[in-house]
Amino acid sequence: MTSPLPVDHRSPALTLRLAAEIKAATSRPWNIMEICGGQTHSILQYGLDQLLPQEIRLIHGPGCPVCVTSLESIENALTLAANPEVIFTSFGDMLRVPGVSCDLLTARSHGSDVRVVYSPLEAVKIAEANPAKQVVFFAIGFETTVPSIAATIKHAERNDINNFSILPANVLVPPAMKSILGSENRLVHAFLAAGHVCAVMGFHEYLPIAKLYQRPIVVTGFEPVDLMTGILMAVRQLESGRAEVENAYSRAVNQEGNLAAQALINEVFEPVDRKWRGIGLIPLSGLGLKEKYQHFDAINRFGFNASTISESSVCLAGKVLQGLINPPQCPAFGTACTPTKPVGAPMVSAEGTCNAYYRFQRGS
Amino acid sequence: MDEISQNLQAFNCPVPLSQHETIQLGHGSGGTLTHELIKRIFQKHLGNEILNSGNDAAILPFSLEEKLVVSTDAHIVSPLFFPGGDIGRLAVCGTVNDVAVMGARVEALTASFILEEGLSLESLERIVSSMADACLEAGIKIVAGDTKVTERGKSDGLFISTAGFGWLSAKRQIAGDLAQPGDAVIVSGPMGNHGVAIAQARGNLGFSSSVQSDVAPLNSMIASLLEAIPDVHVMRDPTRGGLATTLVEIARQSGVSIELKEDQIPVDRAVRSVCDMLGLDPLYMANEGKLILILPSASVQKALSVLQNHKYGRSAALIGKVLEKSNGKVWLKTMFGTTRVLDMLSAEMLPRIC
Repeated sequence: MTSPLPVDHRSPALTLRLAAEIKAATSRPWNIMEICGGQTHSILQYGLDQLLPQEIRLIHGPGCPVCVTSLESIENALTLAANPEVIFTSFGDMLRVPGVSCDLLTARSHGSDVRVVYSPLEAVKIAEANPAKQVVFFAIGFETTVPSIAATIKHAERNDINNFSILPANVLVPPAMKSILGSENRLVHAFLAAGHVCAVMGFHEYLPIAKLYQRPIVVTGFEPVDLMTGILMAVRQLESGRAEVENAYSRAVNQEGNLAAQALINEVFEPVDRKWRGIGLIPLSGLGLKEKYQHFDAINRFGFNASTISESSVCLAGKVLQGLINPPQCPAFGTACTPTKPVGAPMVSAEGTCNAYYRFQRGS
Repeated sequence: MDEISQNLQAFNCPVPLSQHETIQLGHGSGGTLTHELIKRIFQKHLGNEILNSGNDAAILPFSLEEKLVVSTDAHIVSPLFFPGGDIGRLAVCGTVNDVAVMGARVEALTASFILEEGLSLESLERIVSSMADACLEAGIKIVAGDTKVTERGKSDGLFISTAGFGWLSAKRQIAGDLAQPGDAVIVSGPMGNHGVAIAQARGNLGFSSSVQSDVAPLNSMIASLLEAIPDVHVMRDPTRGGLATTLVEIARQSGVSIELKEDQIPVDRAVRSVCDMLGLDPLYMANEGKLILILPSASVQKALSVLQNHKYGRSAALIGKVLEKSNGKVWLKTMFGTTRVLDMLSAEMLPRIC
């Protein structure tokens, strides 16, 4: 069996050697949070946590874009999808995230025109092919999905595509990290920053965070060797009392990031306050459309009262998303809440912490 | 811990349980939702000891020497033509394989066509001619048929429903509940090609690959295999839900656990690349021309050599073994020596965002 990537990054020999180095470098307990859901997925898929010494606890961070999309955004999506004029488009795994009464898949089975797209540009193509309809794209995800959404908005503006809009729900990683570190419970000793996000944004934003909170931050990729390298670098910093930003994913990331993509984002979007499911409002943690592009905001275009639903303050999904508990500590895990009938959002997506635990570790 | 235990007691999730009161696409995934639907509606009203056995085909008493094997299958696929095949070839092969994996000699098929107003006759002819080719290859005939037409927009071009009939020696015992501790698990070739070929043929991935569907009639390969190895315990074709879902079904039916070795499971490079890009897992992607075999470990070498001598079994491989009696778990030993559980596909497989 061969791997499409350079074999190095999935090499069992190298992975096991790194595991041995981590063990040798570790003298006491450390909690390390991987930010990105893709990293959580890899860790559990490959069982990398089983290779670590007992002292190292991996805490799964809030980096599943589907899981952190707020309940009110989903309610707004359901409202839009229920409009017979609207073709509602979204990335696939958002469709199963439950809102208050149902999810977008159920809405589809009730007659809403809800379509899975693989890119926002595809949604614009649907708009061009259906001039009598309004096509709305659910703009979710971290910094990784934003450049293509910004490019799509500019494309629609340039080509006078007036039946396309977005429901803005994008979120940003650094404010969430600050919020986790600013909370009373400073459980996290070090972070593995999300490699794909840093490929777009670079990692200069993390320098002040590492300094202010005295926490090592290691930019880390998604393959087994990447992840073990990131963990090793984090452990070495912790053991030697350093709190720096290091890059364990230099084949994809540099300090500045992709400047063209950042320019595109800054032209179309600006930071706004945003609610995160299970965490609550984080100041300036989302992206909204700038004044010039406001007419592409579906909430403005359809002029409806946006949902302001809040979640209960005692939801364990929130604790999971903040890394305060592991999914099996939730009484609903695997019983009332399964991937077939998700109660909380982290059970929905393959990137969600609860879902990954359910599929990869249940029964072990 | 205090804060956590406090919250555990006060658990009150903000999201209600989503009970499905309408059919979801996931009900057709072949995974957990499909099984729930079968239990909740079909077995409730139509259940009987033959239907409830949960195999790919039903076995009916016929004579002292032979039993009659019957299977039925509806085929919907979009697009109708995809790399490596089309809905016609799929309809024939799917049903031939469902009968053949029971260990039966396939005798004949029937086919019903639901045609949508506006479907071009040229497309229909291509599909029916492809069915003829598949029948010729499988050495079987379609002996009865039916045609209905729906208004435009009421069906997706064309649906085909087939039934298959075959003869099973009364001595032959192959079923999903016969996996024994110590048995070996073999697959006849690389996993996931059909699922990836279909995803790609839908044309909205933004890239293309060379992956072809593996759709093929397996009855001649199965006949050679059973001639060489009469004591195969379980034989299945891992279609919807893929290798993982099918093996979990078998493990539960037989009340055993199964251990697979990840680095022994054949997966084509192109399939792996596409799955990596989309966040899909080849072990859950559909196959339409592959076998899973569970047989005594003493027969492994013979089985592999028979399979590898057949054009549809060239990359057959031993991928794992049946462990002890248990409540039906499938474990995957990764190439790092770690272990994870494989579960059934729960609903539709949806690509991840990043």
